[in-house]
Parts: sequence; C-alpha cells; structure tokens
Amino acid sequence: MNKHFEIRKFVIGGVACGIVLIYLVRLFTLQLLSDDYKKNADSNAFRKEIQYPSRGLIYDRKGRILVYNEPSYNILVVMQEQRGIDTLDFCRTVGITKEEYIARMEEIKDPTKNTGYSRYTPQLFMSQIPAREFSLFREKLFRFKGFSVEKRNIRQYTSHMGAHILGDVGEINTRELEQDSLHYYQSGDYIGKLGVERSYEKQLRGEKGMRIMLRDVRGRTYGRYQNGKYDKQAVPGKNLTLGLDRDLQALAERLLEGKLGAIVAIEPKTGEILCMASSPSYDPRKMVGRERGRNHHLLEKDPMKPLLNRAIMGMYPPGSTFKITQALVGLQEGSIDPNVAFPCSHGFNYKGLHVGCHGHASPINLVPAIGTSCNSYFCWNLYRLLSNRAKYGSVQKAMTTWKDYMVAMGFGYRLGVDLPGERRGMIPNADYYDKAYKGSWNGLTVISISIGQGEVTATPLQIANLAATVANRGWFITPHVVRAVQDGRLDSLYYQRRYTGVDRRWYDYAAAGMRRAVTSGTCRGADLPGLEVCGKTGTAQNRGHDHSAFMGFAPMNDPRIAVAVYIENGGFGNVYGVPIGALIMEQYLHGKLSEASEKKAEQFRLRHIKYPDYAR
Amino acid sequence: MLPDTSPRYPLLRVDYLVVLVYLILLVCGWFSICGATHEIGDTDFLDWSTRTGKQIVWIGLALAMAFVILMIDDKYYDTLSGLLYWSMMLVLLVTPFVAKDIKGSRSWVNLGFCNIQPAEFAKCVTALAVAKLCNQYGFTLSDMKQFARAAALILCPMVLIILQRETGSALVYLAFFLMFYREGMPGCFLFVAVAAVVYFVVGIRFADTPLPGTFTSVGEFVVLILIWLFTMGMLIVYHPRSRSAMLFLKVGSGALLASLMVSLFVVPFDVAWVLLALVLFMVLWLLWQWLGERVHTSLFIALFTLGSTAFLYTANFALNDVLEPHQRTRIQVLLGMNEDNRAAGYNVNQSKIAIGSGGLEGKGFMNGTQTKLRYVPEQDTDFIFCTVGEEQGFLGSAAVLLLFLTLILRLIYLAERQTSTFGRVYGYSVLSILLFHVFINIGMVMGLTPVIGIPLPFFSYGGSSLWGFTIMLFIFLRIDAGRKLKV
Repeated sequence: MNKHFEIRKFVIGGVACGIVLIYLVRLFTLQLLSDDYKKNADSNAFRKEIQYPSRGLIYDRKGRILVYNEPSYNILVVMQEQRGIDTLDFCRTVGITKEEYIARMEEIKDPTKNTGYSRYTPQLFMSQIPAREFSLFREKLFRFKGFSVEKRNIRQYTSHMGAHILGDVGEINTRELEQDSLHYYQSGDYIGKLGVERSYEKQLRGEKGMRIMLRDVRGRTYGRYQNGKYDKQAVPGKNLTLGLDRDLQALAERLLEGKLGAIVAIEPKTGEILCMASSPSYDPRKMVGRERGRNHHLLEKDPMKPLLNRAIMGMYPPGSTFKITQALVGLQEGSIDPNVAFPCSHGFNYKGLHVGCHGHASPINLVPAIGTSCNSYFCWNLYRLLSNRAKYGSVQKAMTTWKDYMVAMGFGYRLGVDLPGERRGMIPNADYYDKAYKGSWNGLTVISISIGQGEVTATPLQIANLAATVANRGWFITPHVVRAVQDGRLDSLYYQRRYTGVDRRWYDYAAAGMRRAVTSGTCRGADLPGLEVCGKTGTAQNRGHDHSAFMGFAPMNDPRIAVAVYIENGGFGNVYGVPIGALIMEQYLHGKLSEASEKKAEQFRLRHIKYPDYAR
Repeated sequence: MLPDTSPRYPLLRVDYLVVLVYLILLVCGWFSICGATHEIGDTDFLDWSTRTGKQIVWIGLALAMAFVILMIDDKYYDTLSGLLYWSMMLVLLVTPFVAKDIKGSRSWVNLGFCNIQPAEFAKCVTALAVAKLCNQYGFTLSDMKQFARAAALILCPMVLIILQRETGSALVYLAFFLMFYREGMPGCFLFVAVAAVVYFVVGIRFADTPLPGTFTSVGEFVVLILIWLFTMGMLIVYHPRSRSAMLFLKVGSGALLASLMVSLFVVPFDVAWVLLALVLFMVLWLLWQWLGERVHTSLFIALFTLGSTAFLYTANFALNDVLEPHQRTRIQVLLGMNEDNRAAGYNVNQSKIAIGSGGLEGKGFMNGTQTKLRYVPEQDTDFIFCTVGEEQGFLGSAAVLLLFLTLILRLIYLAERQTSTFGRVYGYSVLSILLFHVFINIGMVMGLTPVIGIPLPFFSYGGSSLWGFTIMLFIFLRIDAGRKLKV
C-alpha cells in the first residue's frame, strides 16, 4: 500500500519547488524589473531639505551697493497635521481675514493650481513676510499645529532708481517652470523676472544645496542619510558689479521726470553702460515681497507703460543723429567727398521732390553739413549712392550695401545688451521696399531714411552706441550693463571690438562734424568749458509733436563717455536733448554738477511735457 | 531472536545537512533581526534590553533544547505522544483564561521572565499524536472512520487555537492534509481544495469585468469554462475508455464558439447561459450514467460539477454578505481590487516597497530605510523577510528561499527513508508545516498570499516559534538518527 503512494513524494516535492520557483519569479519582478519600489522607498525615507543659497549682491561701478538681501519668512503648512487651530487667532496674527484663510487653504488643496500637492509635505501658505511683521507669529507658532516657517531672503534696493536695469525677482510661473529643462527650479522658487536679475539669473542665484534627512513613518527626522555623504552644499550666488554710476543714473532719472524718453550713457572704450534711464519708471522697492503681484499688475495697466525700458525697447526714428551713419557710409563708398559741397536751397529739391531744411550757407560740404545738420546734403548723399548703377548694378544691390553698413554699425538687429527684452529697431532692406513698392522704387522714393526718418527706427541704446563708435573712431564693444561677475568672466561678446567696416579716417571727419555742431552748429548748448564735447542733435518728425534727440561724446580725443538722449515729443533736439546730454556728460566727467548746472538740472526736472496721446 | 537493529551511537547519525541548513538559517535570521530592530545610533547588539540581545538568548536555549532532544531515546516520543497531546490540549484550553489580551489575541502566557505561546508547541505534539495514530497496525486513511479520527486529532487544537483568536496559527494545521495526501488520502480532496481557491480568486477578481461583446463577466465566463473542462478531465481520468468526453468537448466548444459569434456580431447576450446549459447537460448525462449504468464515479463527478457551480454563485454572496467588512477588504486588497494603500493594504504595500527597493544586491546590512525607519510594521516578526529583501536584495532573498527549499526537500528524503510509519508520518508533518509557514509568510510579504499572521521559521523574532520549530525538527532528526538499520 505504502509503495503505491510513495510516488506522491514527487508531487509534494514538486509543490515545494513550484512555490519557491513562483516566489523567485515574484522576487525578480519586484526587485529587478521595476524602479518604482526604489523610488517609493526613497520618497518614504528621505526628506530632502533644500538649502537656499543667498542671492548675489549688485554693486555699481564704484562699489556702492545697489541691491542686497533681507531676511523674510514663509509660512508653510502640512495639511495632515493641521488640526484644531484657532483660526481667528491665526488670521489676526498674520493679518489676513478668515475668508482669505479659507480661500488660501482651498487653493493649496486644489491640485490644478498647486501641482504636486501632498497632505504630508509642507505646502506654502504665505510667503515673504518681512521680519518685523513676523515676530508675533513666531511667538505663537507653537499654538498653530502643522504650521512651520522657512527663512528665505527677499531682495532689497538701496534707492528707488534703476528699476529697469536692476529688475526684480518673483515666484517662478508655470511657463518658466516648463522652460526649465534642467529641472533646477521647483514651484514656489524665486527667479529673476526683469533686468539684470533675469539676464544674470544663473550667476546671481548660486546653486541650491540639499540635505537628505531620514524620516521615519511618523515623520520624525532621524538625522542625515549616510552622514551627509550625498548632501550638496549650497553655493552662494555671485555678486555683480555693474558699469552703472549710481550718481549718474540718479541724475538721468531726475532729468527725465515728467517726460517720456530715455537716456543712455556708455563708456566707449569698454562698452559698459554708465547709465540707462527710461521714463516713466517705478520704484523697484515696490516690487518686493507679497506686494509684487499687485504692483506689477498696476504697472502693466498704466497707459504710460512704465514697465517698458524705453532705452532698449523703444523704437524711435533716430532723426538727424542718424546722419552720422550716412556721412560714414557715403565717405566709405565714395558717394560724397569731404571737400565736395552740395547745394541746399532751404532743402533738397530734385525731380519735384522737396525735403525741407533750415537756413544756412549753401553750398555746403561735409563738416559744416553735419554741424548744421543739413538735410539736403544727406539726401544728395543717399541719392547718389542708391542711383550709382555703374558701381552697384541696381538700386536693390546698392540698398543691400547700405543696409550692411547700418547693421555693422549696430542698427537693425539687437545689439546684444545683457538685459532682457531688447528690440532690434528697423533698417529696411531691398526686399522690404520691393514688397512695399512692388519693385518700382529708387533713391528718391526712400530718401527720408537718409535723415533718420521714414522706415528707419532705432533704440536709444543703438543711438548711444553710434556715438560710442564715433568716439572710438570705427569700432564698438557690445554695450553691457554688468562690468564684472565675482569669480567669473563676462561673455566674450563684451570684450570683442566690433568694427563697422568704415575707415578710421572717415570717422575723424564725423567726429569733426560733431565737434563743429557743438562749437558753431545745432548743439551749441552742449559746449562744456574745458571739455571738447562732440554732439549731434536729432529732431524726429512725428505725428504729434517732434521727438527731441541728442547724441554726443566727450572729450573729443580721449572719449570717456558717449551719451544718447531721447525725449518723446520734446520738440527740437536742442530743446531737451542737448542740455540734458550736456548735464549727463558734465556729471560724469566732473563727478558733480556746477552750481549753475545744478540749477539747470532742477529746471529740467520740473519741466514736464503733456502727453495727450497717452491719456487714452 | 531478531538481531538488534537499533544504531549504537544515534547522535553520530544525525543528518548533518539539515543541521547545517538549520544553523545557517538561525544566523541569517539573527542578522535580519539586527537589521530590522536596530535603531539609528544604537551600537549594542548583545544587550539584554535589545531584541537582538534577547534573540541570542532564545537561540542559545534553542540549541540547548536541540542537544537535549538528541540525547533522549526516540522510543519515548512514540510512547509519550498521547500524554503529551492531551496535556497540550489542556494547556490550550486553559490559555485564553490566563492569557493577557495582546492585540486582540489571548495566546500568550506570562511565565515571569518571558511570554510563551503554547500554540507554537502544539504543532509538534499534534504531529506526534497523528504519527502514533497512523502507526497503529491496520490503520488506513481509506477507512473513513479512521480518517475521521486522524482529522479529529488535528481539528481539536485548531478549534482551541481559534478560541484564542489566533486564526493564523490555527490555519497552519491545514498543512497536515499534505501529509495525509502522502499517506493515501484521495488526491481529489486536494484537487477540490485547489479548484475552490481558483474559482474564488478568478470569480471574485473579475466579477465586474465584462467580457467584450457579451453581457457576461470575465470571472463567471472563465470559471464556468474551468468547471466544464475539469468535468471532462475527470471523465477522461476515471473513464479512459469512454468516448463521450471527446464528444462533449467537440459539441461544447462548437456551441460556445457559435454563441460567442452571435453575441459579438448579431445580438449581444449573456453567454454564461450557454455554458450553464452545457454544464447542466453534462451533469444530467452523468446522473443518467450513475442511475442507468451504475457507474458510481459518475455521481462524484456530477456532484463536483454541481458543487463547483454552486460555489461560484455563492462566493460573491459570501464575500459581500457573510464575511466581516475587514475580512472583505483584506481579500479585496489581496486580489488587487482595493487600492487603498493607506488602510488595509498598507502593510503589504510597504513590505513590497521594502523588498522591491532592494534591487539585485540590496542596500547592505543595516542600510535598509524601509525597515529601519519603521515603514514596515511587524518588521522583526511576521514581516522579517522584508529586511532580507531590502538589505540583501535579490541574491540574499533568493538564497534564503533556496535554503528553505533545500531543507524541505532533504526532509522529504529523510521522511521517505524512515523504516517506521511513525517516523515517516511525523517527518511529513514537520515538512508540511514548515512548507506552509514559508509559503504563507513569504507570499504574504510579497503580496501573493493573504496576510495571515504566522512567523517565518527560524527568522522571526521570538522564543516560542523558534523553540517550537527547533523541538519539532530535532525530534524528527532524533527519530531519523535512531531508525532501524537495514539488515
């Protein structure tokens, strides 16, 4: 009988083997086929404490501090632990209403608004509470179970100026998070939004550190994982030194009060921007902390567009300042000769076309033509260039040659300043006119571009850069706001000279013309005793009142500053542009204004322009 | 006079392989407990106040017991088994009245210096008693009366342990049926048990998944097909010469295919009715065979088929209306129907995470985060295998599984070489109980078997289970060492 059943030992052995085999397969699938369990265990056990580095400070060119950090506090809440709280007391302590409290709680719990919501991890309840408002809350914190605080830094500004350049930081938005391909940022992090804060975000922010803490099932911390072997130290952000001169910037902003426009000054040798003011501006100190969102919204809605940095975003007709480029291209291409004069009978008259000019001696050659800003001279120049079929073959090809010079001089494309949002201005090319005039056009059709009108537009930065190019006699370094990054180098773009392709000798004529304008031409108001100032006015025709423009540099033979002033609806160039430009140059070159100039500056501060167009 | 076939130095004939595997498992177990209970910052493993320190003492005592057992003449186990059994039943009966309530169970007796769980020792005693019964001259399991007596010996401690609210420990006694199978219990008993589990799992799990193109649920459809196939399989096994099974198969699959087509392309309907009709037809045919042709096995097959069908339709009812809610959720979690990982499935989910996060080589001794930070509950007792999985990885856990397999296969070999029925039955009882524990415990931490709180032999922390298994195993080794020499 037993023998009959003995084979059953194989069944029983088989069952045992079968069970072990199934379990081995199960172990294999659990341990080797999927990474999920490992991730799950890690997210269970590791609490990654992020160490936020302090953001780099920002100094002006003389080492004076412009932007620094101030402690502020975030209130965090863990929903799971948040129970039995005296809501009224809480609201009173942090200064919100009960409705706001409820609304905020709902917002936190809403996964569409708060991606990555978890009941077990701290969620941001309120952010950026200044230290002085925070002390009361800290005292009562023990009563608010589930709430915790996190110290973060908040940006602070030493003065109200430089908003457009300095920019600000704010909470990262969804779009910015999506663009962050390296996944450095997390929702709730701060990121540079405007100005240098944005363009030098990487250098300023430093690198976040991380401490991996072990956490048990009840959420208690058990010290560091592997004694901090995998921790990462936070790297503080780098300090920035700007090319900006704080006093100069303050003056520029003062002079722009009550007007729309921009002032840009550049150190020609280095391309460093000495000041860049755009009006209207706003107080950067208002763009800090909890108020940022609301204030930013108000600025966005303001019809005067204070958020617009007109120095790099305003595209204006450059007017007569543009004539310098025309003189240079004409000399290089041979359409004019410094000694050949052209007639001007109150303007340019040819084949029934009339471009008006003001009264001065005629005929006129190059230097005095720049000095008096003769329209006729420059019309002749462009007309001769564009209609020189013998040299170029067609007007299109001539136009392309012309355009290439303009682009080489920094027009028509972004210069590449280290600020976000730069506009490129407009330099028309042959294609553009072919389209606009269906192929039938000639030098006369487009003659207004020769005097900086018509299709041509430029930013005040491009105009200032033109002045710097003349100051350098033929080259410029891409203008930039940041002079030095702590322990780092600037982009090589901000070291390299960019030559325009026009010979230095022709630039000498341009400089001489600009000097003539100051000594006996359109911008006599810019003459500073003891300094050889060169300048060029611009009066850009406009649908409304003309724009007043000026560009200049000084001293003539060792230029230390090049400046462009553009005042919307300011009238003739010498009404606003010239005197303001002169004040800027004086301030920078002398380090201060003379008493008389100080008075003049105060006068200009108080001279406001009415802008009916913007009142819409 | 017969020659004396008893060995002279039985201690030297102990099976060293089993002893070796046993010792390795003890060492692995102790290190796992280190990993599971060690708190970050602790350095002392041997202190009495720590669980690792205590376990060292339990292991030492276990080894001492093993030695003593090997020294006792094996004939005493045979003679004393009845006395031991009834005294143990008395102890089990008294236990719930003297035991404190620990987590709802009244199975722990306080002996002053430690707590003892008598149920752990009852397995061994029951095995001895059953072995003695089977050893009686003329005993055969095919006699229903004698089978009932053997079953009663097993049911008695089961009931007593259920009274202590230790259902898990009570279920372990089902392992004896594997031994009964070896001793000649009809295989269909096991088959029916397996079939019932399959019906239940498939039927419940897919009760709400519709079969595409019909009104039938996948669960119902699959189980009915299984019943149909099982019935035909039995027909083929018991009446190999009858050609009707093949006929049924052809006609049935034809009808089934046709109805599926109709449901899919013409009018969707409940295909289960067709299957039911097929099954019913077969039952009627079987009954006719029994009544008309006097084929008795036909009746049993018909009863199996009918019973299976009834089981299918009552399982759902039982799940929803008979079982307690927490038992229902446990079953649903096990079948993957309930994803509530925070409540009922929490333990298993965390233990799966622990094991799964181990990878190939594990996180290293004492580096498991899941266990160290107490994410896995009962990590040093019932869920001890998690620590192995997390800290030693696939290699370590596979090694432990293979060690257990080696032990069980070796015990089968040892049991088969016994010259007495007593020794063989006892040996099979021991290995069946070990297999059951390993099967349920490791399956449970990997989420394959229900969470029944039973320890992993030689690994789980605690004196009672360690001693219970040691005594049980070494009594068998002693019986094996003392087996009669072949003349």
